[in-house]
Amino acid sequence: MITTKGLTKVYRAGDRQVTALDGVDLHVREGEVYGVVGTSGAGKSTLIRCVNMLERPSSGTVTVDGLDLTALPGGEHRAGRELREARRRIGMVFQHFNLLSSRTVQQNVELPLEITGLDRHARRRKAAELLDLVGLADKARSYPGQLSGGQKQRVGIARALAGDPKVLLSDEATSALDPETTRSILRLLRDLNQQLGLTVLLITHEMDVIKTVCDSAALMRGGRIVESGTLTDLLADERSELARELFPLSEFGTGRPDATVLEITFQGDSSGRPFVSQLARTYQIDVNILGAAVETVGGKLVGRMRVELSGSHRDNVVPIGYLREQGLQVDVLTNTVNGAVA
Amino acid sequence: MTWDDMQPLLWTATQETFQMVGIATLVTLLLGLPLGVLLVLTDQGGPLRNRVVNKVVGAIVNVGRSLPFVILLVALIPFTRWVVGTSIGWQAATVPLAVGAIPFYARLVESAVRGVDRGLVEAVHAMGGSTWSVVRKALLPEALPALVSALTTTVIALIGYSAMAGTVGGGGLGNLAITYGYMRFETNFMIVIVIELVLLVAAVQLVGDLAGRRLSHRGGPASLLARLRRA
Ligand SMILES: Nc1ncnc2c1ncn2[C@@H]1O[C@H](COP(=O)(O)OP(=O)(O)O)[C@@H](O)[C@H]1O
Ligand SMILES: [Mg+2]
Repeated sequence: MITTKGLTKVYRAGDRQVTALDGVDLHVREGEVYGVVGTSGAGKSTLIRCVNMLERPSSGTVTVDGLDLTALPGGEHRAGRELREARRRIGMVFQHFNLLSSRTVQQNVELPLEITGLDRHARRRKAAELLDLVGLADKARSYPGQLSGGQKQRVGIARALAGDPKVLLSDEATSALDPETTRSILRLLRDLNQQLGLTVLLITHEMDVIKTVCDSAALMRGGRIVESGTLTDLLADERSELARELFPLSEFGTGRPDATVLEITFQGDSSGRPFVSQLARTYQIDVNILGAAVETVGGKLVGRMRVELSGSHRDNVVPIGYLREQGLQVDVLTNTVNGAVA
Repeated sequence: MTWDDMQPLLWTATQETFQMVGIATLVTLLLGLPLGVLLVLTDQGGPLRNRVVNKVVGAIVNVGRSLPFVILLVALIPFTRWVVGTSIGWQAATVPLAVGAIPFYARLVESAVRGVDRGLVEAVHAMGGSTWSVVRKALLPEALPALVSALTTTVIALIGYSAMAGTVGGGGLGNLAITYGYMRFETNFMIVIVIELVLLVAAVQLVGDLAGRRLSHRGGPASLLARLRRA
């Protein structure tokens, strides 16, 4: 749904130049919630602003719903007709909501429809529908100044949906909100994604946001995407930095040096099975649990367990094979003595 | 002079002042507003960024603002004659009044519009709006309270200038003050005229403030203060 290829953005301020994006290849599939996470200054905002050409990339291409936006004429602030029409099909929500204080909630939601040239009657009906969808039907006549942050963001979301977009871009939409409100806004985004089949590209600096709503994620650093993939794949990858952060295990023990330490990751339905006791029973071995955690990531139950089996890696090849046959992901942690690697 | 002598003179002069300030205000609004908006749009970072236009318009506005009004009054005589066909009377005074007030208002408009959150401009762009949509849907409505207060300031300045124009044959209350109060030593009449001018200015300020307050009574900072006060 959204594809960027070799996206580069260089800002020039006098003789100084900043490379905000350095060859970003991003692929967001239709109907998924895709999160880009990274520290401040990583280039996340620049990336999302390049997707609807609020920022013209220095090089590279951006394709949204099959349309190459980089090929459309017009500068970033003075878009040509085609680009403006393409933008109407891409919703965007902002960290600071960007609502017009001079308009009521209803009028704010109607704004994009006025721009499209819809008549008054149709505008009103559509706005009422959207406000209902985001749960703010009773606030139609209020002014943004009378709303809480969470309500303002709901208005922002309703406004972004006015043009029936297939894609929603969210630039730190929850960063100005408290944790409780953040959760409710994320739930709303998730619902919209599921009900309307909306593709969502969101950027955030909070891992929790990724964990709560995303199907896929990318980690950005210094203008580059350093890793990306579906959360399922990321969690299955022992070297994944994102997975470590989504699912930290650092507080777990590392085990005795003469034993084999395994990290077992299980997702979805395998989380309910008593594989540890099965393992112990089947192979008559001692299994020492060093640590375990179960969490909901992207709407799925994910668990990770670190266990210690006595003996070296070579002694445990069969039990490890058994676990893998059960559909579990097993990583053998490098141990100081036997140096075994999975 | 008795009050009965003063009244008809005052009435005519007041009407003249109203007419010249009114027309000058209208012209100022019509030309100063777009000029001020243009200054913001063509500035770097604006949607129509254009160094040349921005610098040229900025320079004209600056020159217009720095010229003392008395100089403008005299220097514009040929232009005034060309526009209204005469260089005396209240009709003639409207020309230098408007010419003086346009750059003044344009700068106030510029700063009012600059005060609008850039995020709103971005939001309109993101929803597929043109520069015109940005101006009409975001910049002007959001800056409206500030634009009204800028206009109030401008009208008050115009009342002051109109009195000055009156002293060189421009009609209105200024003219009356000079011909009777100053040249004929009618001190009482002078005092009455001054009081009327003061009341006029106060009334304009009051109306402007009320309008501004009403427009910004939308739960913005103004009503936040009100809420705090109530709490
Ligand atoms: N308009 C701009 N002009 C110059 N530099 C910019 C501009 N916008 C962003 N940058 C720079 O680009 C880098 C990435 O910024 P940004 O995309 O906002 O990061 P993030 O959203 O991840 O915090 C930063 O170093 C920032 O200073
Ligand atoms: Mg940012």
